[in-house]
Amino acid sequence: MEFWFSENHTENVKLSIKVDKQLFSAESEFQRIDVFDSPEFGRFLTLDGFIMLTEKDEFIYHEMITHVPMAVHPNPKSVLVIGAGDGGAIRELAKYDCIESIELVEIDKMVIDTSKEYLPNTACCFDDPRLSIYYQDGLKYIRKHENKYDIIIVDSTDPFGPGEGLFTKEFYGNCYKALKDDGIMVNQHESPFYSADAMAMKRAHKRIVESFPISRVYQAHIPTYPSGHWLFGFASKKYHPVKNLNSAAWNKLGIETRYYNTNLHKGSFYLPNYVEKMLGECENVE
Amino acid sequence: MFIEREGLFLKNQDRAPIFEALEEMKMTRTVPFDVPGHKRGKGNKELTDFLGEKCLMVDVNSMKLLDNLCHPTGVIKEAEELAADAFGASHAFFMVGGTTSSVQAMVLSAVKKDEKIILPRNVHRSVINSLILCGAIPVYINPQMNERLGISLGMTVSDVKKAIMQNKDAKAILINNPTYYGICSNLAEITKLAHENNMLVLVDEAHGTHFYFGENMPATAMSAGADFSSVSMHKSGGSLTQSSFLLCGENVNENYVRQIINLTQTTSGSYLLISSLDISRRNLARNGKEIFAKVYELSEYAREEINQIGDYYAYSKELVNGDSIYDFDTTKLSVNTLDLGLAGIEVYDLLRDEYDIQIEFGDIGNILAYISVGDNRKNIERLIGALSEIRRIYKKDKGAMIKHEYINPIVALPPQQAFYAEKKSTEIENSVGEICCEFVMCYPPGIPILAPGERVTKEIVDYIFYAKEKGCSLTGPENMDIVKLNVLKGGT
Repeated sequence: MEFWFSENHTENVKLSIKVDKQLFSAESEFQRIDVFDSPEFGRFLTLDGFIMLTEKDEFIYHEMITHVPMAVHPNPKSVLVIGAGDGGAIRELAKYDCIESIELVEIDKMVIDTSKEYLPNTACCFDDPRLSIYYQDGLKYIRKHENKYDIIIVDSTDPFGPGEGLFTKEFYGNCYKALKDDGIMVNQHESPFYSADAMAMKRAHKRIVESFPISRVYQAHIPTYPSGHWLFGFASKKYHPVKNLNSAAWNKLGIETRYYNTNLHKGSFYLPNYVEKMLGECENVE
Repeated sequence: MFIEREGLFLKNQDRAPIFEALEEMKMTRTVPFDVPGHKRGKGNKELTDFLGEKCLMVDVNSMKLLDNLCHPTGVIKEAEELAADAFGASHAFFMVGGTTSSVQAMVLSAVKKDEKIILPRNVHRSVINSLILCGAIPVYINPQMNERLGISLGMTVSDVKKAIMQNKDAKAILINNPTYYGICSNLAEITKLAHENNMLVLVDEAHGTHFYFGENMPATAMSAGADFSSVSMHKSGGSLTQSSFLLCGENVNENYVRQIINLTQTTSGSYLLISSLDISRRNLARNGKEIFAKVYELSEYAREEINQIGDYYAYSKELVNGDSIYDFDTTKLSVNTLDLGLAGIEVYDLLRDEYDIQIEFGDIGNILAYISVGDNRKNIERLIGALSEIRRIYKKDKGAMIKHEYINPIVALPPQQAFYAEKKSTEIENSVGEICCEFVMCYPPGIPILAPGERVTKEIVDYIFYAKEKGCSLTGPENMDIVKLNVLKGGT
């Protein structure tokens, strides 16, 4: 007997992972949640049939979405994380003593509960005393805050489903408002490779450019995401992601990482020509 | 007369005769040698790919099994009876020319050339269009204005009484229930007054379908004993665009009404539209309570949140004053934007251009977001989030805002006479004092600023220019750029 999980990356391309067994399956108020064990990628979590993380490659995503802004901001104390119910981003943030408060806003409590039960490697830091969890729509939560956060991390699903509202101009504008004068927002920015993903990526970039004075994009290689070539957005009111990187200070912290380092930080902002071209197209539109 | 309904239907509302007949037709696989020529879609692949085979399969012509809209004796008759039962009417007509066709049919059934009809000035253009067709004479009642919001309200009972006393010969009175913004007049009292004076009561319920099915809703035309009601089933009722019901009360000769309808109605009524009415009526009869409870809940939530943003005013029942605002439709999400220093139309444009949110309309001082059973919390959050952002980014000094004032129309000629009179074209700014021969309105909401036969005043010209400057979409005049106006030749 062979048991395979398949995810369509486009209508004509799919990724299949051989599964040992399915550990969990349920329909929450917002989406379908499944957990599988696999020989190659270890345990993995899917939402509405899309892979959110696998034990084997989640470190790449979670390190890149957290350490990049943390290494640029000189004094991050207050961090807001939207989405991220698997706990991976929280695990990385918990490594910083300078952070005084982390607010986690996740719309779907069942994602957090499932992660706590089945994904101990990412959901390891939910009892950090600096963390407060709010089960709410991210767009609604952010609307009520102003000039409060040093860093906002938008760890959203794709823009088709519960995460849709987190790819809108009203959301990015509300993030701008909720950040302090030198605040940074980092977001999951989709992929430039397949056309549907690239479209979502360009729309997101255009809206962020309209909302923030500094808006750059950086990349990472994430094997289980469509095409493996994944982007993150870095939007900021004051700091430039490369010019304001303080490598010495970050390295002095002695934080252990498997993917991220300060050289790669700089390199990740150097993008392929076709990606630069796509980004340029949305930056120049009035 | 007030007919109390127990909420129980007399007929089996689980039936949907037209839908059932179409299903049967599909099963019988009859060979079509009749129109439409696309032959169940097979003759037009592109269209079938776009709309879907299921849709083209039922785009068929009248046939014995499916009855005939112009002269119903079979399944359409049955479906009409079920619809009448669901709405508490004596008769219901399936209409395929939009609620415009329902309004026209009821006006043409009620009044003839040179007969008077009493109506509020904030009627939809379709009402005055009907007067052009039949030559009846409008007697306008000034709908009260809310100063703060800049919107027209309902008719007060005393204004109606006065109009009736001054026009004892009027044949009918027309009432909006509710207005586009959700305002209801005292329907029962006005109906009683009209009937005491032998006038028919016509109700434009284009925005009130849900009153018949939801709980804690304003009174309906049929429950108040009105003679006619035009119900836009395709708005809150969920049927396809352009489908509508015309409802009749017990003293109406339905066969005469059918003759009137057939004057202008197509003889090829679309079964897509007709079946959508049948299926939607069944759905509302079965699930209307839950559907509109959900719509109310979404609107109420949005109102509370929008009112917390500041500068916006999402109004509701607190406006009710027992007369010109006898009741308010709480499923409507009407929001005043004047304190923001932005016209409603400017907020409407920003929502569309900057936030990819399309709302129903924006006028000088208000926006209306149409909330329905198809909405969810996620989309409501987007709307609220975007309104909050628009305030943060675009808020202006409100000094320069003008409020919409009610402009009392000076009816110099009956609409029909003016429309067909010899006209000349003149620049709008030079038209003050002339008699206008056409409509000028912002669409939506489609309530005329000027109607044929009305005298142009400086106030009106100023208003037209202000609306244009703010970006309202003006329609009506023959001149498509709305720089010229047709006025009466040699008029005084």
